[in-house]
Amino acid sequence: MQKYDIIVVGAGHAGCEAAAAAANMGSKVLLITMNMMNMAQMSCNPSMGGVAKGQIVREIDAMGGYSGIVTDRTMIQFRMLNRSKGPAMWSPRAQNDRVLFSLEWRSMLENTKNVDFWQDSVVNIIVKNEKIAGVKTGLGFDIKCKAVILANGTFLNGLIHIGEKQFSGGRMGDSASISLTERLVDLGFIASRMKTGTPVRVDGRTLDFSKMDEQPGDAVPGKFSFTDTPALINQRSCWLTYTSGQVHDILRTGFDKSPMFTGRIQGKGPRYCPSIEDKIDRFSSKERHQLFIEPEGWNTVEYYVNGFSSSLPEEVQFSALRKVKGFGKAKFFRPGYAIEYDYFPPDQLNFSLETRRIEGLYFAGQINGTTGYEEAAAQGMMAGINAHLKIRKEKEFILKRSDAYIGVLIDDLITKGTEEPYRMFTSRAEYRILLRQDNADQRLTRLSNEIGLATKQRFEVAEEKYRRVNDFSLFLHAFSVKPTQINRLLSEKETNEIVQKQKASTILLRPQLFLQDMIDHIEEIRVYAHDHGFLNREIVEETELMIKYESYIVKEQELVDKHANLENFSLSGDFEYAKLTSLSHEAREKLNKVKPRTIGQASRISGVSPADISVLIVYLGR
Amino acid sequence: MGIFQMNDTICALSTAPGVGAIAVIRLSGPASFATIGQLFKSSEKNLEIAAIKSHTIHHGVIGDGMSILDEVLISCFRAPHSYTGEDVIEISCHGSDYIQKKILELLISAGLRLAKPGEFTFRAFMNKKFDLSQAEAVADLIASHSGTSHELALKQMRGGFSKKIGALRESLIEFTSLIELELDFSEEHMIFADRADLRTLLDHIETELTQLIKSFSLGNVIKNGIPVAIIGKPNVGKSTLLNAILNEEKAIVSELPGTTRDAIEDTIVIGGYSFRFIDTAGLRASEEVIENIGIGRTWEKISEASIILYVFDVTEQSFADVKEAISELKKPGEVPPLNLVLVGNKTDLLDQLPRGFKEFVEYETIFVSGKRKENLHLLVEHLVDVVGKAKTTDKTIVSNSRHYEALQQAHNAILAVRTGLSESISPDLLTVDIHKALYHLGEITGEITTDEILGAIFGRFCVGK
Repeated sequence: MQKYDIIVVGAGHAGCEAAAAAANMGSKVLLITMNMMNMAQMSCNPSMGGVAKGQIVREIDAMGGYSGIVTDRTMIQFRMLNRSKGPAMWSPRAQNDRVLFSLEWRSMLENTKNVDFWQDSVVNIIVKNEKIAGVKTGLGFDIKCKAVILANGTFLNGLIHIGEKQFSGGRMGDSASISLTERLVDLGFIASRMKTGTPVRVDGRTLDFSKMDEQPGDAVPGKFSFTDTPALINQRSCWLTYTSGQVHDILRTGFDKSPMFTGRIQGKGPRYCPSIEDKIDRFSSKERHQLFIEPEGWNTVEYYVNGFSSSLPEEVQFSALRKVKGFGKAKFFRPGYAIEYDYFPPDQLNFSLETRRIEGLYFAGQINGTTGYEEAAAQGMMAGINAHLKIRKEKEFILKRSDAYIGVLIDDLITKGTEEPYRMFTSRAEYRILLRQDNADQRLTRLSNEIGLATKQRFEVAEEKYRRVNDFSLFLHAFSVKPTQINRLLSEKETNEIVQKQKASTILLRPQLFLQDMIDHIEEIRVYAHDHGFLNREIVEETELMIKYESYIVKEQELVDKHANLENFSLSGDFEYAKLTSLSHEAREKLNKVKPRTIGQASRISGVSPADISVLIVYLGR
Repeated sequence: MGIFQMNDTICALSTAPGVGAIAVIRLSGPASFATIGQLFKSSEKNLEIAAIKSHTIHHGVIGDGMSILDEVLISCFRAPHSYTGEDVIEISCHGSDYIQKKILELLISAGLRLAKPGEFTFRAFMNKKFDLSQAEAVADLIASHSGTSHELALKQMRGGFSKKIGALRESLIEFTSLIELELDFSEEHMIFADRADLRTLLDHIETELTQLIKSFSLGNVIKNGIPVAIIGKPNVGKSTLLNAILNEEKAIVSELPGTTRDAIEDTIVIGGYSFRFIDTAGLRASEEVIENIGIGRTWEKISEASIILYVFDVTEQSFADVKEAISELKKPGEVPPLNLVLVGNKTDLLDQLPRGFKEFVEYETIFVSGKRKENLHLLVEHLVDVVGKAKTTDKTIVSNSRHYEALQQAHNAILAVRTGLSESISPDLLTVDIHKALYHLGEITGEITTDEILGAIFGRFCVGK
């Protein structure tokens, strides 16, 4: 076999983005997967985005990753969540055609220069002098390379549980990857177990949707990619229904056979994505739980029962679900199950996602203890970028917490580690007003272009967009509106009329008023906007947002600037904290373990006090 | 967060705390000169503060523009040629507590921030004013300082103060978790935070903060000194003792300018520290009533004090009596006050000192005669010692001021949240100010992390599809 720059192990969301990023930057990439029919498989629900996750997909897209484009091309429904809240919360979410999603990803990678494919499993890595040299495959090949990205997902010693049954598997229908964990442990890595779960899939022909509430897509659907992906025209609806006391009672009859409650599952599951049995056990006072019934594609009768994740015996799952409104005659395609898998606590990584132990070895996705396609894809892209840069002996690429959710994600993983599957929330970000889905291109496209990932064309599009937004905003700050021009509109909107001239930007601060209204009503604004090419939705929305939320944006930017000193204050990785007796005992231990890169990062480690930080600052280099 | 910022202007007392001939207050940061420009009036004609050269000293008066507070010298250093490498001004003022604190108050109200321990050094280091060996020495100092200061801050927060802040913070975290729940789980959840409940909670927090701010206001401390409560049974000689102490130290009573003799009647300066004796003696007439009201009321009274003198009559009370009396000083489940001093009075009536009192290992026991003024110096020295050991004075001023500032900031943020709530702004925008409030309360109690908020969410609500 030929020699590659980078081998990516696993073709899930992390692996695919890793391969795409590294190849687009110019590395020769080999993507190894156990099953080429299942690339970028949506193992759980057929949906991308959502609160905080949608922002991540936009960030990936802004940097030139593929997830946003694939999502746009294969979605069957789009909703912008939280439209009624502030812009930091607006979160795009799509339902996707599961099969098309996978095929589209494969097709995009097949059309990407520098990506080769190989169907096989990886059973070991080849290491020389604590440096990666290649991989060994199940079919007996040694393939050489300069960097390896492990993106194994839930496949490492995956163990599926349904009631009292348990069997090996990486996902229902796919085999697990055995022995790779042990080889890594032999090399000194620490592995641990996690657990996640997925619900039953049902036959839509047997469901009575008239008994459920319809949840249609947006009337004017948006999209994920900043590129010119096609707009969605037709959409499929989701459906909303509820469990009941009766459903809960039936589920309880299976508790004695639950692998969770009987202790057969040892891995820790996510608190925010509990199984249905967990929900009724921990929150017994709640009479009913919401279930979202999501279509799996354009042309399939298969539906996904979101909210009914379970590892109870299949007959208990089925008979309980039949008591749910609309499910009286339901037929099932397959039961829900829980899966336990190995992960490597992420404090063993550097910020580049390279392992501290083996040079050139990178981990991305669920192997790092995260959950979610979006979180995995983001890590994959970052690992791909950094593996490429490393090979080229260029400076690593790290996003800060104030740059992107991706920065928050990786900083949290490295600094705090995680004991339950890590999912992104907007509340994890301290600068949520800055990290909006609408400005991901402003935040990231330039940075990505500088390292050679986002194309020049993408960069120019983003630059042009914000040049226009800026010009339009300057115009509105300078343009005075006369009472006669706007009072009719103001009274229509039930807000106070103006008695003398006022700047357009000041009037726009009123929550009842939108920029589009002003464009429609005031000729000068309309003509100006038209002549300068500002009359498109993206520009109008962005300009409006910059004006309406300016004070909040400024406030948060000030916070970022205040902490910039600490974030830029580097710490040497090989410092012996143990010798610093002025530090508290706990701080010494934690610092030694995490080996923070900056004072800012050190200050986020639990157990490191402000006093410890002061000591550090004084002792360590500037 | 919670550690040093670099781009604002800070100030602090640079000389030893307490009363001395002069004191030096240092300012560092970009607004140093502009701030002094507002408060300082030079004796030199046409002196423009903005044009002052580095390494020059100027004479003049300082005040709030309405009235003159003190005659001072200002030493001016331009960046980078200063201790911190920034624009620095040192104000040499007269050394009374009152003036020092009043000047700091002026500076803070002009927008400066009180420096945290080690912060000047931090800036100096950041601006490459130190080499490593010099810095190491400072590091030890900072480490020890922050340790004790934190402990002290906690000690000072008597009378349930720290508990109160903790409880406020808890309720704010709960508040935030409700809001965050609404934001992060909007799709998956049916329960939404009841705005009326949130409003009630905010009102409660606001009221509590206002009270705390009042009780902790800088002005109080300046006026009152270190509170020392004299307590004990009727007729054990509390007032005689107090008068004796006052008389003994008369020479330096009322050196504080700007205050009247009446207002500081029970405040005396000993060894550079000013003490305010909480005059339970003044309540003599109604002492029986107090006894009737019971120990709870007494506790309230003494909980305001930093030091408590329990006076007992050596001719009347045995070791066991005193022991019992002390145990009654604590509320159920609480520890007895930390700085409790036992004073055995009326030794003039005994031939020899009573036995058995040495068993109080944790409390100093001092035997005196208020009437004959015997051994009063032991008591006075001990008071100074307690303060000196705990470094209470500078910490009382500094950390109180710091707490005061944090409380004030938290209060402002809470007001902003309340305004936002009544204008029904989006919850994600509300959280900007909630986080600010939490951050400032966190400066007093410790840090707040997003993990805590998420923990509160996961612990209480069933989330997840």
